[in-house]
Amino acid sequence: MSAASTAEPAFVAKTKTGRFTDFVDARVGGSGILREFGRKVFPDHWSFMFGEVALYSFVILLLSGTFLTFFFDPSMAETHYDGSYVPLKGVEMSVAYNSSLDISFDVRGGLFMRQVHHWAALLFVASIAVHMLRVFFTGAFRRPREMNWVVGSVLLILAMAAGFTGYSLPDDLLSGNGLRIIDGVIKSIPIVGTYISFFLFGGEFPGTAIIGRLYMLHILLVPALILLMIVLHLFMVVVHKHTQYPGPGRNDNNVVGYPLGPVYAAKAGGFFFIVFGVLALMAGFFTINPIWNYGPYDPSPVSAGTQPDWYIGFVDGALRLMPGTLGDWQVEQNWFGFVFSFNVLLPALVPAGILFTVMFMYPWIERWITKDDREHHVLDRPRNAPTRTAIGMAGFVWYCVMWAAAGSDLIATHFGVSLNDVTYWLRTLFIIGPIIAFIVTKRVALALQRKDREIALHGRETGRIVRLPHGEFIEVHAPLDEYKRYKLVGFESPEVLPAVPNEHGVVTRKEKRRAFLSKWFFEDRVAPATPAELEAAHGHGHAAVEAPEEAKSLSH
Amino acid sequence: MGNHSDGSPNHSGTVATAGQNEVEKFQDPGIPPHRLRLADTDPKAAKRAERQVALLFGISVVGTLIFLVAYFAIDLGPGESTIGNIRLQNMLLGLGTAFAMLGIGTGIVHWAKALMPDHEVSEERHAIRYEEDRQAAVRIVDDIVEETGIKRRPLIRNTLLGAVALAPLPAVAIFGDLGPRPDNKLAHTMWAPTDGQLKRLARDPDGTPIKASDVTIGSAFHVIPEGLNELHEGKLNEKAKAVVLLMRLDPESLNPSPGREDWGYNGIVAYSKICTHVGCPVALYEQQTHHLLCPCHQSTFDLTQECKVIFGPASRPLPQLPIAVDDEGYLVATSDFKEPVGPSYWERDMHERSINS
Repeated sequence: MSAASTAEPAFVAKTKTGRFTDFVDARVGGSGILREFGRKVFPDHWSFMFGEVALYSFVILLLSGTFLTFFFDPSMAETHYDGSYVPLKGVEMSVAYNSSLDISFDVRGGLFMRQVHHWAALLFVASIAVHMLRVFFTGAFRRPREMNWVVGSVLLILAMAAGFTGYSLPDDLLSGNGLRIIDGVIKSIPIVGTYISFFLFGGEFPGTAIIGRLYMLHILLVPALILLMIVLHLFMVVVHKHTQYPGPGRNDNNVVGYPLGPVYAAKAGGFFFIVFGVLALMAGFFTINPIWNYGPYDPSPVSAGTQPDWYIGFVDGALRLMPGTLGDWQVEQNWFGFVFSFNVLLPALVPAGILFTVMFMYPWIERWITKDDREHHVLDRPRNAPTRTAIGMAGFVWYCVMWAAAGSDLIATHFGVSLNDVTYWLRTLFIIGPIIAFIVTKRVALALQRKDREIALHGRETGRIVRLPHGEFIEVHAPLDEYKRYKLVGFESPEVLPAVPNEHGVVTRKEKRRAFLSKWFFEDRVAPATPAELEAAHGHGHAAVEAPEEAKSLSH
Repeated sequence: MGNHSDGSPNHSGTVATAGQNEVEKFQDPGIPPHRLRLADTDPKAAKRAERQVALLFGISVVGTLIFLVAYFAIDLGPGESTIGNIRLQNMLLGLGTAFAMLGIGTGIVHWAKALMPDHEVSEERHAIRYEEDRQAAVRIVDDIVEETGIKRRPLIRNTLLGAVALAPLPAVAIFGDLGPRPDNKLAHTMWAPTDGQLKRLARDPDGTPIKASDVTIGSAFHVIPEGLNELHEGKLNEKAKAVVLLMRLDPESLNPSPGREDWGYNGIVAYSKICTHVGCPVALYEQQTHHLLCPCHQSTFDLTQECKVIFGPASRPLPQLPIAVDDEGYLVATSDFKEPVGPSYWERDMHERSINS
C-alpha cells in the first residue's frame, strides 16, 4: 500500500506461503526468531535422542490423557457395576473404578487410549532417567549447564509424581494397596505423620476423598509444573546451545552439526511420529495394568506377586530390604512415649534422599574438587572421566539393587529359590554392590583408556599375520588416519590438584579434604597419547604402550 | 603411595604427565572431509530414495484406514462387547496407529537422511553473557535499590520482611479442613462390643457368622465383624482396620503369654490381617509352618509365637483379637483389639496405653 510513498519499495512475497508468513511476521515480528533459529546448528548423536523421547512421551501423555478425562469420573461414591465386563457384573465398587472399566470396555478406543497413556507414562520416566544417565556420564552437567541439570532432576521427580498420582486413579485393588503402602509410610513420619495421613485422605484410610484429590494433582498441578520445567529446560538448551561429543573439528568454542532447518527439524519431527508409533504398537499388543483382573479396591484381599510401576520400585524394594527386627530387638522404637518407626522411615527416606541429594549437588561437588570453573561444551567420553563414571555406576547399581528387591518374591518363585535367601543376598548387594561397581567400572574405564592409547600409538589390528625372514610372526597394525586418532587423543585429562594455602597462608581443613578427593579422583589417570609418543612408537616398533614413568611410579 | 594428603605436589600419578604441555598435544585436524552419499552422486539412487519415502507415507495412509475401519466396523454395543471383540479392536487400533505414525516418522527421517543436505556445519558459540551487559545490569540494580531507599530506611525493610514472612500463614492454615483431627480414631475398630453386645466373627466378604465347629484344624478364614456389610458410611474405613485372619491349630503348638490364655478358643485364634509394617493385608497362610506372610514386603509372622516377626521389615507382632464362643456356638470377639492395628504411627504407644488403662 505504501510501497510507492517510501524510498525503498516494500517487500512483497511471491508465493502463497510467503504471503501468509509475511502477514504473521508483520504482526508478531517472527522473522527475528526465524533468523535466529531457522539455521541454528544442532550436534547429532544417537544418545541425544533420550531427551527427545521424554518430550514426545509427554506430548503423547497430554493427548491421550485429555481423551481419558472426558470419560473418567474421579468419584469414590459406591455404585454397582452394570457394564459389559461380565465377571464384575453387580459388584460393588467406586464410581472411579466403574468409569475406568467403562473406558476399557464400553468406550471404543478407550482401552487403547488407556494403554497408550500408561505405556507413555512408563516410557516418560524411563527416558528421563536414561537421558539423565547420558548427561551424567558425559559430564554435560558442567558449567554452564548446572542449573539445567537441577531443572532436569526436578523433572524426574515430577514425572514420578505424575506417574504415581495417575496410577492410583482407577481405584483398583492393586493401586489401592499402593496407596495403603504410601499411607503406612506417611504414618511413620514423626510428630506430623498421622495428621498428614488424615489430611491427605480426608480422614481415615481410605476415605472418600483421595481419588478426587489425586485427580486434581494429576491433571492440573503436576502437568502444569512439568510444562513449566520443560519450558525452562528447553529455554536453557537454547541459551547454552547443545553439547557435542569430542572429535575432530569440535571444541568448546564451536558447535558442529546439522542446521535446524531442514535436516535436524525433519529428523526430530519425524522422531515424534516414531515414538508415537512404537507406543501405539505396545498399546495394541501388550496389556498394561489390566484393572479388570484386580477388582475394585478392598482393604482385605491382595494378590501375591504384585509390583508397583517400575519407577516406584526402588522405594518399594528398599522397604522390603530393611529388616524390622534384629534377633529379638525391634528396629521400631518407643522413645518418650512416642513411636519412631525406623524400619519404615529409614528405607523410605534415606536411600532416595541420598540418591537425590547427590544427584542435585553433583555438579557443584565435582566443580569444588576439580576447581574447574570453565565452560564445557564438549562432552567427556565416559572412559575419559573414570572416577565420575565409577561414581555414576555405583549409584546406578545401588538403585538397581533396590529396584530388583521390589521383585524379590518374583525372583524367588521364578528361579525356584528361597525368598529369604534372595532377600539376604540383595541386602548384601545393597551394601557391597556399589563398591564392587565402583572398582570394576573404574578399572574398565582405565583399561579402555589404555586401549585407546594403544590404538592411537600403534594403529588398529588388521588381522593380517606376516612371517618375517627370521621366522617371527607379527600381526600388522594399520595406522589410524588423523581424524580417527584425534578422537582417541583429543581429551582433557585433569590432574591431581594438591591443597594450596588460602590468602592467610593457611591450608584449611576443607582444602585438605578437597585435595584428598582430588587425589582420589585423578591419581591413577591415564594421560592422552602425545605426538612425541607416537613418534617413539613408530621408531621402536613395539615399545611400551605407556610412558616409562609408569614403571618408576609403581615401584614407590 | 599414600602419604600425600598433606598436599605435597609429589603425587603418585602413574602415568606420564607429558601431553598436558600445549606444544605436545595433537593438533585438531578439523572436521573430516565430507563424504557424499549414494543419493548425492547417483540420480537413480536419489529417485529410489524418493520413491521409498513416498511408499512410507503411503503406508501411513493405509494405517489410518485400518484404524478407521477397526473403529467403525467393530461395535461395542450391548452383547458385542466381548473380550475377543475388544482385544481385536484394541489390536487393530494399535496396529493402525502404529502404521500411520511410523509411516510418517520413518518417511520423514529417511527423507532427511537420504535426500536433505547432510553437510555438517560449524557455528561459533556466543558468550552467554557479556561483561558490558553485566556491568550495566549491576548498575541498574544498584540504582533501583538506591531509589527505593530500602537501605536507608531499616524500619520499612524490617516491617516489610515481617509482614511478608507472616502473610503465607493463612495459605497454610486454610488447608486445615482437608481432614479431621486424628484424635484416637486409629485406636478403635468395629470389634468393640456395642451396648454390651459382643460382635460375631463373619466370613469375608459375604458376612455370614462363623461357628466354632466350622473351623477345622489347619483351616483359615478371612474374617470381618458382623454388621460391617450393612454399614452405609465408612465401610471401607472400618474394614481397613477390622479385617482378621482366623486359624485353628493344635492347641499344644500355641504358646500364649500370661494374660492371653483365654484369647483363643480350643486352638482357634484370630489375628489382625493388617500388616504392622505399612498396612498391606497379610493374606498368605502357610498351613504347615504356621507362618503368615505379607505379599507386599514379605514380613513373616509366626503363629505359634503370637505372630512375632520372624522375617522381613515389620517390627511388631500382629495384634491378636480376643475371641470366645457365644451361646449359639458362634465365634465372637470378647473385646476390641488391645492395641491399635495396622502400621505404626507417632501416637500409637500413647493409644495402646490408654486402651489398656
